[in-house]
Amino acid sequence: MVDRLKKGYIIFTLFVLGLVFLGIGCTGSENSKDSFPAKKTSSENAGAQEITLKGSDTVLPLAQAEAEEFMKENPKKSVSVAGGGSGVGITALIDGEVDIATASREIKAEEIKAARANGINPVEHAIAYDGISVIVNPQNPVSELTFDQLRGIYNGSISNWKEVGGEDKPIVAISRDSSSGTYEYFKEEVLHGDEFRPDALTQPATGGIMGEVSQNPNAIGYIGVAYLDGSVKGLNLNRGNGSVAPSPENITSGAYPLSRLLYFYTNGEPSGLTKEFIDFVMSKKGQNLVSEVGYFPIKK
Amino acid sequence: MFIRNYKEEGIKYVLFFISTLTVVVLFLICLFLFRDSLLLFKEISLMDFLTGKFWYPTSVNKQFGLLPLLLGSLLVTVGAILFSVPLGIASAVYISELAHPKVADLLKPFIEILAGIPSVVYGFFGLVVLVPLIRETLNLPTGQTALTGSIMLGIMALPTIITISEDAISSVPSTLKQGSLALGATRWQTIYKVIIPAALSGISAAVMLGVGRAIGETMTLMMVTGNAGIIPSFPGGLLDPVRTMTATIALEMGEVPQGSDHFHALFAVGSVLFIITFLINLIADSIKKKYRFKVD
Repeated sequence: MVDRLKKGYIIFTLFVLGLVFLGIGCTGSENSKDSFPAKKTSSENAGAQEITLKGSDTVLPLAQAEAEEFMKENPKKSVSVAGGGSGVGITALIDGEVDIATASREIKAEEIKAARANGINPVEHAIAYDGISVIVNPQNPVSELTFDQLRGIYNGSISNWKEVGGEDKPIVAISRDSSSGTYEYFKEEVLHGDEFRPDALTQPATGGIMGEVSQNPNAIGYIGVAYLDGSVKGLNLNRGNGSVAPSPENITSGAYPLSRLLYFYTNGEPSGLTKEFIDFVMSKKGQNLVSEVGYFPIKK
Repeated sequence: MFIRNYKEEGIKYVLFFISTLTVVVLFLICLFLFRDSLLLFKEISLMDFLTGKFWYPTSVNKQFGLLPLLLGSLLVTVGAILFSVPLGIASAVYISELAHPKVADLLKPFIEILAGIPSVVYGFFGLVVLVPLIRETLNLPTGQTALTGSIMLGIMALPTIITISEDAISSVPSTLKQGSLALGATRWQTIYKVIIPAALSGISAAVMLGVGRAIGETMTLMMVTGNAGIIPSFPGGLLDPVRTMTATIALEMGEVPQGSDHFHALFAVGSVLFIITFLINLIADSIKKKYRFKVD
């Protein structure tokens, strides 16, 4: 009798397990059906009350602030924002996973090619200016660098602070990891085809660079201007037309040599909620938020 | 009777199915790991990968040289072992042979808590406390060095080494110990001439598992070793920043375009890591068998 009960129990367990697997199978296929139309994104998503953004960690605080404000005004609409890096966002756009990819660099030719191959047509929307600030420890007497000096420091030809007017101390150059949009931008603008010195420290996040530079009097790093605070010193840069401070006026006017645009990328011309959201970001209110977060508005 | 047989058989097959599942999972991981890494060698030769001295995955002249990463991982691991094995075995001997039972009962839970701390917390501790300390005391340009990573890894490997060595030492037959003491050996002589040799298989297994933990650790190392892709010297390189294989994968996997050379190169690094841990396990196994035979 007991044996039979146990047998019944085992059969029941197997039955339940079977149901579970069946369930997994069903939800799996439903999910794939659901996500399939998303591949063709925005244009067909016109009626959607939910959009997703993914991409640059530089754009992340801005996109989050914009999304929060937008949802406060439109309580029934939902905008979800994720980071990961510019390339991650663009890859997600190419795979049709997101409505908007955020990026701190322009889309690359090979990414456009991959997108086209997948039936995605990336459209660019510049939303704000950002500046890259070169930072040193506040104890460091150096307060200005020319572009040649900066390039020398990062390609390895300058290794002591005395060569650029500082104390006789070794330079510890800090870089971001290669998945950062800031890394690519810095490499293109400053190194002009040189490699980063192989002994440069690589930090996975802006916080890591800030931490090391604020502790270490020998260190130099680069971060978004929005992250600049009293624990580090932002250097003036000279690209041949005088020393320029990383100030808001200099960044929006383009006088500061390391200023750049931040982008949203959509599949085709935006429509529906995607368009509403981008219009909101470009509105006066949206652009005011840009300054609040620490970037610089593209529309005055 | 028949029902019972069916039931027994049924349970047997269910258990068989579950245990083969691990093998299947392992097989699938190998398959995908090696498949994607092999694609790299269509573009560059295996020798260039294994002996290349530079890791420039995103530049125009891409270079995928494994050497700085491999040596970085080995250096940090060797440093961690030098640090944690003596400490670990000493603690294990103390806990199982010398300590008052009450003291031992007090120490053990603390060691187990050490094992439960997430690696990112270790990394944060290292970054905030150890990195500035090392820079100032050793007067280095930066505190983010292989040594910092080794110390952190050593601390992380300690619980594994202590717990497993302690088990091995406790399971040495008490007759051996009593025989040694009866023959007039002192306690210390008994420990290092009888007990430790008898427990050597377990202690070696503990060390190997510690190595395994150290070489696969990612988060802590990414936070404290500086991740500079240079070929380290030994032992002077302990005071320079290094980049390990695990940290490279973690740093670069986020942004890499799928299907690119860089993507395949990261898989190739993962395969090397996999092969190394596999070999370490094999070595641990063979040591274990060899010494067990001797003791019996």
